[in-house]
Amino acid sequence: MAAPMPTIDEIVENFSLLDDWDDRYRYLIELGRMLAPLPDAARTDANKVRGCTSQVWLSTTVEDKGGEPVLRFLGDSDAHIVRGLVAILLALYSDQPASHIVTTDAVALFDKLSLREHLTPQRSNGFRSMVDRIQTEARDALKADQAVH
Amino acid sequence: MTHPAVKNGSYDVERIRADFPALAMQVYGKPLVYLDNAASAQKPQAVLDRIQKAYTSEYGNVHRGLHYLANAATEAYEGARETVRAFLNAERMEEIVFTRNATEAINLVAYTFGQDRIQPGDEIVISIMEHHSNIVPWHFLRERYGAVIKWAPVDEDGNFLIDEFEKLLTPRTKMVAMTQMSNALGTIVPVKEVTRIAHARGIPVLIDGSQGAVHLDIDVRDIGCDFYVFTGHKVYGPTGIGVLYGKYDLLAAMRPFNGGGEMIRDVFEDRVTYGDPPHKFEAGTPAIVQAIALGAAIDYVQSIGKARIRAHENDVVKYAHQRLGEINSLRIIGNAKEKASIVSFELKNAHPHDVATVIDRSGVAVRAGTHCTMPLLARYGVTATCRASFAMYNTRAEVDALAQALLKAQDLFA
Repeated sequence: MAAPMPTIDEIVENFSLLDDWDDRYRYLIELGRMLAPLPDAARTDANKVRGCTSQVWLSTTVEDKGGEPVLRFLGDSDAHIVRGLVAILLALYSDQPASHIVTTDAVALFDKLSLREHLTPQRSNGFRSMVDRIQTEARDALKADQAVH
Repeated sequence: MTHPAVKNGSYDVERIRADFPALAMQVYGKPLVYLDNAASAQKPQAVLDRIQKAYTSEYGNVHRGLHYLANAATEAYEGARETVRAFLNAERMEEIVFTRNATEAINLVAYTFGQDRIQPGDEIVISIMEHHSNIVPWHFLRERYGAVIKWAPVDEDGNFLIDEFEKLLTPRTKMVAMTQMSNALGTIVPVKEVTRIAHARGIPVLIDGSQGAVHLDIDVRDIGCDFYVFTGHKVYGPTGIGVLYGKYDLLAAMRPFNGGGEMIRDVFEDRVTYGDPPHKFEAGTPAIVQAIALGAAIDYVQSIGKARIRAHENDVVKYAHQRLGEINSLRIIGNAKEKASIVSFELKNAHPHDVATVIDRSGVAVRAGTHCTMPLLARYGVTATCRASFAMYNTRAEVDALAQALLKAQDLFA
């Protein structure tokens, strides 16, 4: 990795400094390049998020940290812009407790970044499905946790 | 009636553009450059006006009422059928069935004509260029009745290989279903020749004219095909309306598709008898206004003239090949000798999704994805392409705007 991935707050701040759409896309592409690589072994069919235009993968690991499930996500896409969107999403959700994930709204964040159009259903790029999948996995982790405790 | 834009042998594209309200739009503060016509075309004012008029003063249900408005609607609806007949040069109006779209028309043939002819091991020959709408209905026959699908190939440039097609035909071939023009490559298939070869072996032929009907002169009697389908929205008409042409005797012998009102002769407690084509295949209240407006769209196209439109589009697409060919990192997929109106391409270092997203910001609308032709893309070893597709109203200046937007994208992803 060339540069460490910025935090979600840093990303939001950086976006606020960029007015031109091409600068915003340039930054998005840059974020995609900073994304932690997804091991080839994780590029399975099960980890593939269904989408039409570009391919998106998401792998999840759940760890128990201090009695609470914490989800770590790795992801990738074959499209630069989608990879950038994935990077933002993982900055928001990865290494977070499940309880935090289920109450954190990606749509609100993408609104703030003026990237909401990428979350609309007609962008059938698999990205929306990725948000849904993250939410489902967090809910499942919570349920499993409650069943144990 | 001849359109003023094409009087005296000219082709005044600006005059034509003025007929299409959407083309005057700005997106992101840039003039719209609409190059996604193979997905769906914009609508001329004449079509919008026709919809308004139909709902305002000619609207009732068709074929049932005995009142003024029901008669007016029926007359307009059946008038549209006659317009479509003339557009395809079919012999009889009764050979024109209105459907929801081309997809439904193909499904209709697959479910009735196709299904009744298929025994396990029987073969259906289609081309590798087919749209999923002319693949999946035949896959249904494979899954449910044991049909075997055989694929007519193209060469590296996207040329249809007629000799290879001919080799696929066997005594077990029960159907040939073939596009007239590829929606992903623009390749034109010699459908008259395809039909001649198939008919020489007694094999019926369905032609998918979803793209072809927009850009090529159509004469179903000259082609000789048994079925021809197209959709309204690509030919500048409304959504929700498509056409199935079928030879009358075949339609008359086919069992119905959907059941309901309109398509019956008599219904008893223990049996039912069916009406004649085309009504036999138009169960329920049809897309009345959409059919009427499709008629207006065809009248509009005819007022300019298919040959003039084709000459203009050929000029624009040739120019697009030239301009896009100048971009270093760009590869055009599909260079068939016979092609029209469509340029598929990919940029090195960028996914088609990236390219389409970025050039959208320059106001340029193209399609990125599989174009519902996954087997074809697999043939070229790609998972997606960008596609610029041109219509009667596109200009060389719009090709320049596309090229400029692509250069910017190339820089962004370098």
